[in-house]
Amino acid sequence: MCGIAGILNLSATTPPSRDALEFMAGALEHRGPDEFGLYLDRHCGLAHSRLSIIDLSTGQQPLSNEDGTLWISFNGEIFNYVELRAELEALGHRFRTKSDTEVIVHAWEAWGEAAFERMNGQWAVALWDEKTRTFVLTRDRVGVRPLFMLEHEGRLFFASEVKSLFAGAPTFSREIDPVGLDETFTFWTVVPPQSVFKGVRELEPGHVAVWRDGKFVHDVAYWSAKYPVGAEHRFNGTLDDATQALAGALENATKLRMVRADVPVGSYLSGGLDSSLVAAMAARAKPSGFKTFSLRFADAEYDETPYQRAMVQRLGTEHAEVVVSRKDIADVFPKVIRHTERPILRTAPAPLFLLSKLVHDSGIKVVLTGEGSDEMLAGYDLFREARVRRFWARQPDSKWRHKLLERLYPYLTRSPVSQQALTRQFFGRGLERAKLPGFSHETRWNGTAALKRLFAPDVTAALTGFDARGKLLSSLPADFAKWNFLAQDQYLEVRTLLSGYLLSSQGDRMLMGNSVEGRFPFLDREVMALANSLPASYKLKALDEKHVLKRVARGLVTDEILKRPKQPYRAPDALSFIGAERPAWVDECMSEAALKASGLFAPGPVGALWRKCLTRSNDEQFSNTDNMAVVGILSAQLVHQQLVRETPSTKRPPLKTVVIK
Amino acid sequence: MSDIKEKVRQFIISNFYVADPATLKDDASLLDAGIVDSTGVLEVITFIEGEFGITVDDAEMVPENLDAVNHIVAFVQKKKG
Repeated sequence: MCGIAGILNLSATTPPSRDALEFMAGALEHRGPDEFGLYLDRHCGLAHSRLSIIDLSTGQQPLSNEDGTLWISFNGEIFNYVELRAELEALGHRFRTKSDTEVIVHAWEAWGEAAFERMNGQWAVALWDEKTRTFVLTRDRVGVRPLFMLEHEGRLFFASEVKSLFAGAPTFSREIDPVGLDETFTFWTVVPPQSVFKGVRELEPGHVAVWRDGKFVHDVAYWSAKYPVGAEHRFNGTLDDATQALAGALENATKLRMVRADVPVGSYLSGGLDSSLVAAMAARAKPSGFKTFSLRFADAEYDETPYQRAMVQRLGTEHAEVVVSRKDIADVFPKVIRHTERPILRTAPAPLFLLSKLVHDSGIKVVLTGEGSDEMLAGYDLFREARVRRFWARQPDSKWRHKLLERLYPYLTRSPVSQQALTRQFFGRGLERAKLPGFSHETRWNGTAALKRLFAPDVTAALTGFDARGKLLSSLPADFAKWNFLAQDQYLEVRTLLSGYLLSSQGDRMLMGNSVEGRFPFLDREVMALANSLPASYKLKALDEKHVLKRVARGLVTDEILKRPKQPYRAPDALSFIGAERPAWVDECMSEAALKASGLFAPGPVGALWRKCLTRSNDEQFSNTDNMAVVGILSAQLVHQQLVRETPSTKRPPLKTVVIK
Repeated sequence: MSDIKEKVRQFIISNFYVADPATLKDDASLLDAGIVDSTGVLEVITFIEGEFGITVDDAEMVPENLDAVNHIVAFVQKKKG
C-alpha cells in the first residue's frame, strides 16, 4: 500500500519539475513511509511512496518492464497476481521481481486495457509507455484506492490524495466547488468524478483513462456492476446452493487476502456479523497468533464490547482494543479532516482513525474489514425501508402497511415511529414515485438537502440551476430500469455512499493516515459478481437483511451476533463538540470571522444553530438534522482552512529509487 | 393570535436556523420542507408546552396540529381555549 503521484505534459514543452515530484511524494509520506522513488523523463514524471507488504526486498517503485520503456507507479494489491503471472509467463513474459506490481506492467503489455478486468484487487495505477508516449490511469472496481487529478499550466497532475496535487502545483487556484458542497449536502459525499475542489477530478471507480502524445484519448469503464436482467447474470440455484457458493467465494476471498502478503495480516472486529465472519474465516487460515482489533465507545449507546469479546473468546485471537470518548473525537477531528480532504456529515471516521493507530502501534500493516457486505448483500435499513415504502405505495390508504416501519428502527432511542401519524407524513412522502429511480434514497436525500439552507448566499447563487439528484440519476447505466428494485437501490448505495464515503473518508483515508492497509473480502471480484447475481429474496428475505449471509455465518460466529438486530456503526456526532472541555478550534471554526473567511455558510443561521447546540446538555439527544449540520459545517470549515488556505507541503522525502532520463 | 404566531415563527426560525424568514410559509409543511425532522417535532412540542403552558397528549401528535406554523398556532389556541 502506498501513495502514487506524477505529472504528464499535455501542452507544456519543458520537462515536469523534479522538485514538484518530490513535494508530491513528500505529501504522501503517511501512505508509504518505507521507501520513496521517482521516475522522470522529458514528458512524464512518476513518484511513489511505499508501504512494503509484498516482495519487501525488490518491490521498489517506480518499476519498469525488461527494457525500461514501460513504467508504473502503483498503489494497492492485485490478489490474483500469482495466477496472472503464470499466465503471462506462459505467454513468454519474463519477470525480475516477485511483486504484484510487475505483473501489472506485463499484463498491460499483453492485454492492454483488457488487463484490468482480469485483475482481482484494489488499486490505483499510473502507467507510462515512453515508446508510444501513452499514459494510463486506472482504479479498482468500487474505488477502494483513491486517485485524483487536475490540469494546470499545460500539465496533468495526478495523485492518491489532493494534498499531493496541491504540493505539485502550488500556484493552482485552490477553491471549494459549490457543486461538490451541494452533492455532499445531498448524498453525504461527492460522487466521482466530482470533487469538492474546483478543477480537481476523481477518476471514477472501475475506469481507465488514457492519454497519448499529451492528448486525452478516453476515460471509460472497464467494468460495471451486473445485476440480473431476465435470465442473464442470474444465479440459478436454490437458496442452499447460494449459501454454499457464497461461503466458498468468501472463504477464498479471505484466504487470498491473508496469504498474499509478506507481512502479518490482522482483522478488525466490530461485533457485527460482517467483520466477525471475516475474522472467523481468517482465523482458520492462520490458526495461531492471529490479531484482532476492536473499537469501544465510552458512550454505552454506541458500544458493542460484549459481542466483540464473545467473538474473541471463540476465535482465541490476540486482541487489542481502543476506547473512544467524545473528547477524543473532538481532539482528533482536525487531523481526520486533513486526511478525508472533504466535508463529512458524521464523525464516524474519527474513531476508525484512532483504531488504525492502534493497529499501527501493534506493528501490523494490513487488516481485513467487513466493509462492503451491507452493500453487496443488502444489510442496510435503507433497503428495508424502501421495500416497506414500495409495499405501502401499492395501497397508499392502507391503515397498517406503514406500521411495518416500526420493525425497522428499534435502535433509535427517539424513533419517528413513536409518533404514528408523523411517521406516515415523514416516510409517506412521494409514494407515487415508488417505481422511479432514487425512490429508495429520497428520505435520506431530502432530509440532508434541507441543510443547504445554511449555505452562504454566494454559494446558493452559484448553484442556481444545479440539481445534484438530476445529475446522478441521468448518469445511470442503460440497464438500470431493468433491474429489480433491490438491485437498483444497491447500485445507488454503492455508487454514492460506499465509494465516496465508506471506502474513502471512513476507509482508505483513516487507514492510510496511520500507514495501515485495509483489505475487503466482500469486495472481492468473485464475491461481488456472485452477490449481484443472486435473486433479491436471497439477500433481503421479506425484511430479513443479509439472509443468505446469515446462513453462511451459522456456526462460524456466535449465536448472539447471528440473532442481534443490525446496529449501524455510529459515533457521537454533535455531542462530541459541545462539552465545556471542547478544544478551541471548534469555536474558532464556528466564529463569524471564520465563516466569513471561508464564505461557505451564512453566519446568521449557523450562529442560531450553534447557540442552540451550546444550550443543550450533554445527555440530550440531537436531531439527525442538527448532528449533520454541526459535523458538516465543522468539517467543511476545516477543509477550507487546511487545504485551501494553507500553503501546500514542500517536504522532500528521502529518495531510494531515482530514474532520470 | 398574532402574538402566538410571532412567537411560533421566531422559534422555528431560530431553533431550525431558517436562513431567510421570508421562505418560511405559514401554511407549508415543515416536515416536507426538511426544516423539522422526526426529532425536531419533539423540540416543537417541548417549545409550545413550555411557552404556552399547555400539554400535548400523545393522540395530538399529528401533522394536523404540528406540521405548519398555522397548524401549530391553531392547535395552541384551541388548547388554551
